[in-house]
Amino acid sequence: MATLITKYHGLSRFFHWISAIIVIGLFAAGYWMVDLSYYSEWYKTAPHWHKSVGLCFVAFTTARLIWKLLSTAPAMEGSAFEKKAASAAHILIYILLFTMFLSGYLISTADGRGIDVFDWFEVPGLGSFIEDQADYAGLVHEYVAYTLIGLASLHALAALKHHFINKDNTLKKML
Amino acid sequence: MKKLMMASALTAAMAFPLSAMAADYTVDTKGAHAFVSFKVSHLGYSFIQGRFNEFDGTFSYDADNIEASKVTVNVNTESLDSNHAERDKHLRSDDFIDASKYSTAKFVSTKVTKNADGTLSIAGDMTLHGVTKPAVIDAKFIGEGKDPWGGYRAGFEGTTRLQVADYGIKVVGASSYVDLDIVLEGVRN
Repeated sequence: MATLITKYHGLSRFFHWISAIIVIGLFAAGYWMVDLSYYSEWYKTAPHWHKSVGLCFVAFTTARLIWKLLSTAPAMEGSAFEKKAASAAHILIYILLFTMFLSGYLISTADGRGIDVFDWFEVPGLGSFIEDQADYAGLVHEYVAYTLIGLASLHALAALKHHFINKDNTLKKML
Repeated sequence: MKKLMMASALTAAMAFPLSAMAADYTVDTKGAHAFVSFKVSHLGYSFIQGRFNEFDGTFSYDADNIEASKVTVNVNTESLDSNHAERDKHLRSDDFIDASKYSTAKFVSTKVTKNADGTLSIAGDMTLHGVTKPAVIDAKFIGEGKDPWGGYRAGFEGTTRLQVADYGIKVVGASSYVDLDIVLEGVRN
């Protein structure tokens, strides 16, 4: 006899909220650092940290997905349409995250250089697969970042709507 | 006999000085025997060197009538390569040469002068970042002759200094100018 799950597992909540902080942090850092002037003292450090955190986030998100498969989630609430839309949005967020990982990697490794992660280890580069890879991957990275932030905002608004309008368990199960 | 033949050849050459007509050449980009390189100050302490990998060009050259020479080079600015993908992306962006908007840079000569020391001054119009300005390339003739594959080649090297502000490109720190170094080897058409 399974007990009714009303909350996400602690580890799931940990993954969720840390991811939220990292995504917002990386977005803010990325938005800011692309306009840094050459002579800014952050010109080298900001991209270095952005890439380091981003690459660690790949491992983190992979672990999160494995945990998601192993754990049980509490039931979704809302209309059939809302449930479908929410599931689709969740899947899309994961797809966008991995698109960000891949496009980011392809910018920095287009010349075959690896990426230093916090001067701790280096992720090797594989060089270019297409002409002007750094530029195209850069465009994908930029537009997908805006899309991801847009979708994440919608996701947060939906949670708030459930909490304050429907007064259901949607937000509370993640707190 | 040999001497006689050479003498008659010489006489013939002197009798018909116009027989050596200006010849048209196509820059050998296919075999990559031509280079459009640049050098920009880094912090004032050193230089960044890079090049444009895609360009084409033609020139006409006649050793006996230098003034009639002409040269045109078109460069695909998106092919900028400084051996660092992230830097290339930044240099191609609208912070610098805005390569997606101004994808062609070119030089079209207007007047070629031979200097007393044998070097050439090639005046022309340089277009970069959508701005066309007069520029003079200090060039020298390197050599010409038959190649081992049945063709005829001539080669030049030229340098010029461009003030980036002249072309509407923002000056960053010590890098107010760019030195271009152009090596062109042409195959006679």
